[in-house]
Amino acid sequence: MAEVEVTLKVNGKTVEAKVEPRLLLVHFLREHLSLTGTHIGCDTTHCGACTVDLDGKSVKSCTVFAVQANGAEVLTIEGMAAPDGALHALQHAFRETHALQCGFCTPGMIVRASRLLKENNNPTEEEIRFGISGNLCRCTGYQNIVTAILHAAAALRDTPYQEAAE
Amino acid sequence: MNDTTPTADERAARLEGVGCKRKRVEDIRFVQGKGNYVDDLKLPGMLYGDFVRSPYGHARIKSINAQRATALPGVIAVLTAADLKPLSLHYMPTLAGDVQAVLAEDKVLFQNQEVAFVIAADRYVAADAVELIEVEYEALPVSVDPFKAMASDAPLLREDLKDKTEGAHGARKHHNHIFTWEIGDKGGTDAAFDNAEVTIKELISYQRVHPCPLETCQCVASFDKIRGELTVWGTFQAPHVIRTVASLISKIPEHKIHVIAPDIGGGFGNKVGAYPGYICAVVASIVTGHPVKWVEDRIENLSTTAFARDYHMTAEIAATRDGRVSGLRVHVIADHGAFDACADPTKWPAGFFNIVTGSYDFPVAHVSVDGIYSNKAPGGVAYRCSFRVTEAAYCIERAMDILAQKLGIDPVELRTKNLIRREQFPYMSALGWEYDSGDYHTALTKAIEAVGYRELRTEQKVRQEAFKRGETRELMGIGVSFFTEIVGAGPSRNCDILGIAMFDSAEIRIHPTGAVIARLGTKSQGQGHETTYAQIIATELGLSADNITVEEGNTDTAPYGLGTYGSRSTPVSGAATAMAARKIKAKAQMIAAHLLEVHDDDLEWDVDRFRVKGNPERFKTMTELAWAAYHGVPPGMEPGLEAVSYYDPPNMTYPFGAYVCVVDVDVDTGVVRVRRFYALDDCGTRINPMIIEGQIHGGLTEAFGIAMGQEIRYDEVGNVTGPSFMDYFLPTAVETPKWETDFTTTPSPHHPIGAKGIGESPNVGGVPCFANAVNDAFKFLGSTHIAMPHDNWRTWMVADRLGLHP
Repeated sequence: MAEVEVTLKVNGKTVEAKVEPRLLLVHFLREHLSLTGTHIGCDTTHCGACTVDLDGKSVKSCTVFAVQANGAEVLTIEGMAAPDGALHALQHAFRETHALQCGFCTPGMIVRASRLLKENNNPTEEEIRFGISGNLCRCTGYQNIVTAILHAAAALRDTPYQEAAE
Repeated sequence: MNDTTPTADERAARLEGVGCKRKRVEDIRFVQGKGNYVDDLKLPGMLYGDFVRSPYGHARIKSINAQRATALPGVIAVLTAADLKPLSLHYMPTLAGDVQAVLAEDKVLFQNQEVAFVIAADRYVAADAVELIEVEYEALPVSVDPFKAMASDAPLLREDLKDKTEGAHGARKHHNHIFTWEIGDKGGTDAAFDNAEVTIKELISYQRVHPCPLETCQCVASFDKIRGELTVWGTFQAPHVIRTVASLISKIPEHKIHVIAPDIGGGFGNKVGAYPGYICAVVASIVTGHPVKWVEDRIENLSTTAFARDYHMTAEIAATRDGRVSGLRVHVIADHGAFDACADPTKWPAGFFNIVTGSYDFPVAHVSVDGIYSNKAPGGVAYRCSFRVTEAAYCIERAMDILAQKLGIDPVELRTKNLIRREQFPYMSALGWEYDSGDYHTALTKAIEAVGYRELRTEQKVRQEAFKRGETRELMGIGVSFFTEIVGAGPSRNCDILGIAMFDSAEIRIHPTGAVIARLGTKSQGQGHETTYAQIIATELGLSADNITVEEGNTDTAPYGLGTYGSRSTPVSGAATAMAARKIKAKAQMIAAHLLEVHDDDLEWDVDRFRVKGNPERFKTMTELAWAAYHGVPPGMEPGLEAVSYYDPPNMTYPFGAYVCVVDVDVDTGVVRVRRFYALDDCGTRINPMIIEGQIHGGLTEAFGIAMGQEIRYDEVGNVTGPSFMDYFLPTAVETPKWETDFTTTPSPHHPIGAKGIGESPNVGGVPCFANAVNDAFKFLGSTHIAMPHDNWRTWMVADRLGLHP
């Protein structure tokens, strides 16, 4: 199949490659760029394990062709920590509140949550639950993920986290 | 001592040992996307395998034409049964004593069965080639209704077994019959029913579901022709067993097979068995001389590897009029699919279903199970449950509610009356299990007080009156379950897999600086073993958990073990860990005695050190003793400080719990809203309360999925309907209720640190609790049993049948 040239920015670095037009972005990231933190959990765009940030929007990279990302900026889990290695507030909060178990949904969940917090820096529990409903988790029952996002939101706002009143 | 000397409590806290809410070691890599899962593996020259699968549930294969596929650039080879047959690999043995087709030979027996295996340079080309392979079928009549499987005119499914009247578990009474398994006192039970004042009888079916971890099953096989060695990386919950099975099947000597399970993206039982994909990847690597990767897609996962349940239980309870149970009788039709590939301990074709007397003091019971073949996918049993325990818990907990309804007494009162009493432990059940420990009444009392049970019943009564008056269209249901699990398989006297006793193992090596590496025969799939096993060692040896590395999954380095499923890691490998640590501690004590120039009896353990009795200023810390082990051991003693333990548990462990669920049901939409869910668990000694709570949250969410929507259904011609996330219900954060957790602690006397296991409890107790809540909502209208799953449509249908719609 004829290959097409693409140029995109992944985690701040410019990447140029020749790809088949049918190559999915998730395979481009995982297999061409060896960014294996983005996972694949289904064939139907439901599970969200492959969620990345594409030009400021959460997308499921199993349903985007690499050629569609030509010229775009992509952020994956590998680009979440600071250049000096310091963890993002969400990465820190996920560990602190036991918001992961097998770790398979975690990268997609964290990348999705980071976009959610950029759109709404002080979400309610209900807004978080709705906001991550495109990302499935089989291990945690979501409760600690919601807590982690609330903690991270507070940390990013630089306000101490307070348990919501019952 | 001065003020800056840490107290014993401070020293213990620094260890982050048993009881500590220690943050997980694993998370550091997982939150950065640096986990190492099978599909992340990329080897030079690696090829990709993909399956051609049957569109029919039952059909004869007339021909397979792969010419167009093999002509496609990038396709290396196409394997069919004809290629595997000369190697005797077209069938593989199952854990249940049957065989399973690796690639279908003459006919297919379930939809999506493996027919041919394409090997190509890239996964896209492999998928293209699958489309180009032409298979001609002749459709045959299917058998998908377990109740018709043994009818005289039922189609013959297993032609390879046609004339066999004996199976792996005794006589076969029909061509679609696998086994009859029977236990208990039939005569005594019949007599109890003959003399009963009250009896109930109900068909309680537990639908076919799938454990569905977020990562599917996958492997990479790499055969080194020069060395004659095979390496397989795979999603294996039981890597050592996979290596032994691989050796037995392939005839490659076991020391030349290296099985490695890297990080696993959830298992829940899906990744216990051996699947055709593994065999085909291995053969493909041997044939091509390249590493071969096989990765299931989601539809393949849900429709072919490891279903769970499909258990159809007719339960009867005999009781007195005042609500004392006097007998239990259960007959089960168990649909095992096309091949009996259930992952049970070999001697237990119905798993531990005989825990079905539950938490109640039944004087007598009798259980029989008929396993049958059908045109459905094989494999399985497991879904976050120890070998049919969740079926048993669902059965008895529904049956107890039905009995309470018939007697007109409250379900909590009926349970209280019949729960095994604290002073009866260790308790021998009517079906032969010795329950280790329990304090059931305390747990149930704590649960009903925590939720305000009596007030809830009052509120429900008021709601029902209002409903009858037409003032509300919402019903309220209160579900209670009290479950007892049987986990930690298991004692070698009754548990083995293919003859290998179900022990497990731990090897601990203390380095000179007091840093530790521990290797175990189990394999975490998200349970956090790297964190929790270190906590056990920390407490046993007084060394900080932060200085302990835990490794699993590499069969070359880890001691042999049977793996992680059936909540067996803590009960068996956790015990092995404590036992290995105690061997090390005993040696350290002798070294300490030598260094302190006292008799070893004159020493006592103090958190992280041995000190001289009556003279606590004189001590040697474990870190000092580790150093001494490498240069200052007593004369005649070998240097070094390490130990291995292969632990054969003296008994199973019996976690238990009391759950309460409150639902509101809209009779016009069928929507069931979970208002509240309270879970009290008793898993004995609690190693890491944070992880325990996480396990309960996750298990309850899986239970919620099963009870409220999951079903792997087959239509009348054998099509598996809805095996993708389009249809298979996995709760999102929106549907998932908020969980309340609580606990009591009743240590097991049959485990070195008293721990019982927790991972599966919330599934086992959760499913009946949701089901009881939904049933409870409709009970006052005369409904006795509503089958799962309780999705909106089915619930609406129930309301409709009960005449609640205008």
